Amino acid sequence: MASIDIRPASMPIDAEEARRLRSARIEKTARWLLPIVIMCAAIVLWDRVCVWYEIPRYILPRPGVVLATLIADAPLLFSSLLVTLRITFLSLLLAVVGGVGLAVLFTQSRLIEMSLFPFAIVLQVTPIVAIFPLINIYVDDQTTKLLLCAWIVAFFPILSNTTLGLNSVDRNLIDYFRLNGASRWQTLWHLRLPAAMPYFLGGLKIAGGLALIGAVVAEFVAGSAGQSSGLASRIIEAGYRLNAPRLFAALILISATGIVIFLVLSLISHLVLRRWHESALKQET
Amino acid sequence: MPIPTRFFMSDRSHPLLHLRSIGKTFASGVTALQNVNLTVHDGDFLSLLGPSGCGKSTALRIVAGLSTPTSGIVDWRGAQLKQSDIGFVFQEPTLLPWASVFDNVWLPLRLRGVSRNQASVAIAEVLERVHLTGFENAVPRELSGGMKMRVSIARGLVTRPRILLMDEPFAALDEITRFKLNNDLLELWGERGFTVIFVTHSVFESVFLSNRITVMAAKPGRIFEDLAVDAPYPRTDGFRTSAIYSEICRTTSASLSRAMGVEVRDGVH
Repeated sequence: MASIDIRPASMPIDAEEARRLRSARIEKTARWLLPIVIMCAAIVLWDRVCVWYEIPRYILPRPGVVLATLIADAPLLFSSLLVTLRITFLSLLLAVVGGVGLAVLFTQSRLIEMSLFPFAIVLQVTPIVAIFPLINIYVDDQTTKLLLCAWIVAFFPILSNTTLGLNSVDRNLIDYFRLNGASRWQTLWHLRLPAAMPYFLGGLKIAGGLALIGAVVAEFVAGSAGQSSGLASRIIEAGYRLNAPRLFAALILISATGIVIFLVLSLISHLVLRRWHESALKQET
Repeated sequence: MPIPTRFFMSDRSHPLLHLRSIGKTFASGVTALQNVNLTVHDGDFLSLLGPSGCGKSTALRIVAGLSTPTSGIVDWRGAQLKQSDIGFVFQEPTLLPWASVFDNVWLPLRLRGVSRNQASVAIAEVLERVHLTGFENAVPRELSGGMKMRVSIARGLVTRPRILLMDEPFAALDEITRFKLNNDLLELWGERGFTVIFVTHSVFESVFLSNRITVMAAKPGRIFEDLAVDAPYPRTDGFRTSAIYSEICRTTSASLSRAMGVEVRDGVH
């Protein structure tokens, strides 16, 4: 206890605590600063490599040129982005409706789950590129084709996560609902759906990225027909014309879109779960 | 606040329910209960005391209607019991983690179609009784273990049940919290006049709380002995250190040892 007595009043915490505080502060700053620094360094390196090796712009354009193209071609690129976004969000919406709907159906009856789940797996494991030629034959409408494609890719994580969540309810709580004479519907609404929420949101985060991938891939496969005008067809077009700056600009737009989708879904998930779920709690040191 | 004296309005001449030769055998072949006969009187505080695997929780689930007996019947003596007449408190608090304290206590009423507004008076009252006024908007993870259990008890009592079934409700709590909740539970029982069946593996807890202890033996689960706890209510902290308390604890422990001794002998054969 003597150590407490001799400690000066100006230093209320010991060396170990001070070290812990300092490393916590450093980590907090590094979390956002490091990625930015590394990204900037990579861009500078990219620029230097182009200059040092005198790489022609139709093979690897300098970052400045890509940026200039992004601005110059903005009307074209952003209208294409809108087309891709529309497919992405529509298919994500359908994936949520279809995935949650099927999951709810599955939890109503084990038999339905046993019968239908293998089909969902078959859809999931077969590469969409291989399925597309069939869709191309059977479906006429271009938008429907793309939607169907993106939906097939995106709905599985929502289905499997939500099914898992609906079935992961505390046994005692299910007993409690039974004891209170709750109907199937009440148990679903007041117990199973809220309990499945963290699982569903986890699936949604994955599905958001997959819907974008699905939309772009579908467009790639369909794009050769030359009817669609999403970002993927801009990339194909730019590739044919050796317009590398536009190709890069479109690529950057797609990545940025993917990141924004992920961040938005993460934010939604955090806001919904922050009060009660372990995953959204601040980690205690 | 003086403790109201309803004590032993418990009408011994008025049985609330009979368990008649209840047996339960699981599909695995394990016999959880064998020929259990038990009468619970109106206003009883009955403890089911026994070692793990003696079927005390199974017996409670059968009384609650959560489990069907393989043989025998649960006879409610013609009492027109509604579902809201049975309250159940689990070993874990078993709350909805996403819902506030208020909404958790509202749940049993909500499932019966009572609106938030209609329920609010009853909820406020029962929360006040378990000393949780002011915590209406907290979610379970913001509460301590003892407070969560209080919410669970409030939820069990908000429907004003005639019988409260408690399955080792305080087993996971520290001793100080458990003593406090024991006192509060007795006070509530004294005030409101419901019947309690309390499953526990603690001799001391069962003696402190109950007016009757049914000692059970395992393999197969059955009733070993029925003991009356002849100590007056109200029982407060003073009772825990009294001579009569330790005397009853001694006889109850002896009974429990004999119940477990029977099991060991059976096991050898």
